[in-house]
Amino acid sequence: MQRRLQNINYLDFVLWFIRVSIIVFVAWGTIATLLDNPYSADVWVNFTVLGLAQGSMYALIAIGYTLVYGVLFMINFAHGEFFMSGIMTATVFIAGPLSASGYLNNHPVISLLLILVVSMITSVGVAILTERVAYRPLRKAPRLVPLITALGASTFLQYTFRGLFGSEVKPFPQVEALSGKISFLGTEILQTQMVVIIATVIMLVGLYLFVMRTKTGKAIRAVAEDKDVAALMGIDVDRTIAITFALGASMAGAAGVLYALVFRQVHFYMGFLPGLKAFTAAVLGGIGSIPGAAVGGLFLGIFESVGPPLFLDGLNVPAYHQLKDVITFTLLVLVLIFRPQGIVGERLAEKKA
Amino acid sequence: MPMLEVNNIHTYYGNIHALKGITLTVEEGEIVTLIGANGAGKTTTLRTISALLRPRQGNVLFEGEDISKIPAHQMIYQGVAMVPEGRGIFARLSVSENLDMGAYSRKDTQNLGKDLDRVFTLFPRLKERRSQVAGTLSGGEQQMLAIGRAMMSHPRLLLLDEPSMGLAPVLVEAIFDTVAAINKEGTTVLLVEQNATMALSVANRGYVLQTGEIVLSDSAQNLSKNEMVQKAYLGME
Repeated sequence: MQRRLQNINYLDFVLWFIRVSIIVFVAWGTIATLLDNPYSADVWVNFTVLGLAQGSMYALIAIGYTLVYGVLFMINFAHGEFFMSGIMTATVFIAGPLSASGYLNNHPVISLLLILVVSMITSVGVAILTERVAYRPLRKAPRLVPLITALGASTFLQYTFRGLFGSEVKPFPQVEALSGKISFLGTEILQTQMVVIIATVIMLVGLYLFVMRTKTGKAIRAVAEDKDVAALMGIDVDRTIAITFALGASMAGAAGVLYALVFRQVHFYMGFLPGLKAFTAAVLGGIGSIPGAAVGGLFLGIFESVGPPLFLDGLNVPAYHQLKDVITFTLLVLVLIFRPQGIVGERLAEKKA
Repeated sequence: MPMLEVNNIHTYYGNIHALKGITLTVEEGEIVTLIGANGAGKTTTLRTISALLRPRQGNVLFEGEDISKIPAHQMIYQGVAMVPEGRGIFARLSVSENLDMGAYSRKDTQNLGKDLDRVFTLFPRLKERRSQVAGTLSGGEQQMLAIGRAMMSHPRLLLLDEPSMGLAPVLVEAIFDTVAAINKEGTTVLLVEQNATMALSVANRGYVLQTGEIVLSDSAQNLSKNEMVQKAYLGME
């Protein structure tokens, strides 16, 4: 006891002070909001569903960060651009023409599948090219180097797509079959949100089974643990890393379609903020862990949607809905300070830290 | 023609000249051991043979074919498997997933059941623990898993790096018995060991390594009688 008291230094004191003030602030805001009771239960359910839908996209994108981190211990900051490239291409070449010809609303299922496939393939193609050109030559370089390259690749891809498709915001056509509402838990929610959530669950389960059960999935996990030994088993490490990028990018490509369905617009810069949010989600869940990315994404989505009204409404903060990005990145900083291994993550071993 | 022929290889770590012209041969059906002190270059020799390291000079012939230029992940398809130093099991994969990875190179997947049975006969403990995460195994079990995993690829040449490392004497003996059994079934073995007594007891021939050079090579019997070997590696005065 005596020794422990002595060991509490200045920094610990500051950290404890931050922890306590955050808890007090959040609790105070929450209680004030609940006493004030500004929204009915319906609205809270709607906030949650909205958050789940948004969180689904974060989860899908976060998978890419976590997979690549798992095998290379590198944060691929160009991942948001993989997300953007797929849906930009699919919007310009598929969704736009299909909508103009009326085919989209006559055959919504085929059209959406076509958009999905094109978006995923484009994202995968961009990811494989980026890995091959920008990352593979630096495999043996110090870890800071690929990180900087990733930032460069991100900007390069943004402005390449701006050059290809222009800088203006492009509308993504409304799919009439999905424009309605359905009742859920006594309230009405948008059909698109439901589609987003269901599609995400299917894809996450599919990805998880792929990584856990298939030979390639096991090879990815083997490479994540030890590249030399994986090579001794006959696993082509470079190819497996490329497959890992492709898997993450396919999820990002799918997330792009869901994003377009909900927000109905795409542009060359659209990957930046969702990319950063998904990175936050991956860290939140525990980077390197697939269930962590899923949990982190959903949690972040709900937190972003429910958090501002719940914590800030009662404190009479004006225009608190615009503060969701502030809340997200505050959360990122707090997680990095207080729980760097994330929600479900294991404590990082010396080797990886 | 020897099965494995290492011709005058020089391997470097950066500027450090780790192997200064190693030449050795392994005949089909033999157990050959490389003994030597820490830092003599035993592991470096194995890593160079298995293509994890590249020699700057010299070459490695396997069944007459130069294998010193092919990538490491192709080696197992040639029939060369390695149990790396420190076992190198995949700690977060289960025991049976580790064995699956050992069979990654196999095309004849319908015969895998037989090989799995063979590994489980050699190491019954692995069968009990097949669904356990490999990182939770004891050191001896991990070594068994590492050897079993290498055997899943049906290698013609098995490279073993310090299988006795960190194991209790009883387990060391069990592991060496298994190595002898695997050899009897027709797998050629190149064994790197610090435990020279054990290594020479199972091997046909041996090489003594000192600071990157081979200083002695003879039959295992003669080596165990050699005065220098007895003093330096067998702890006899």
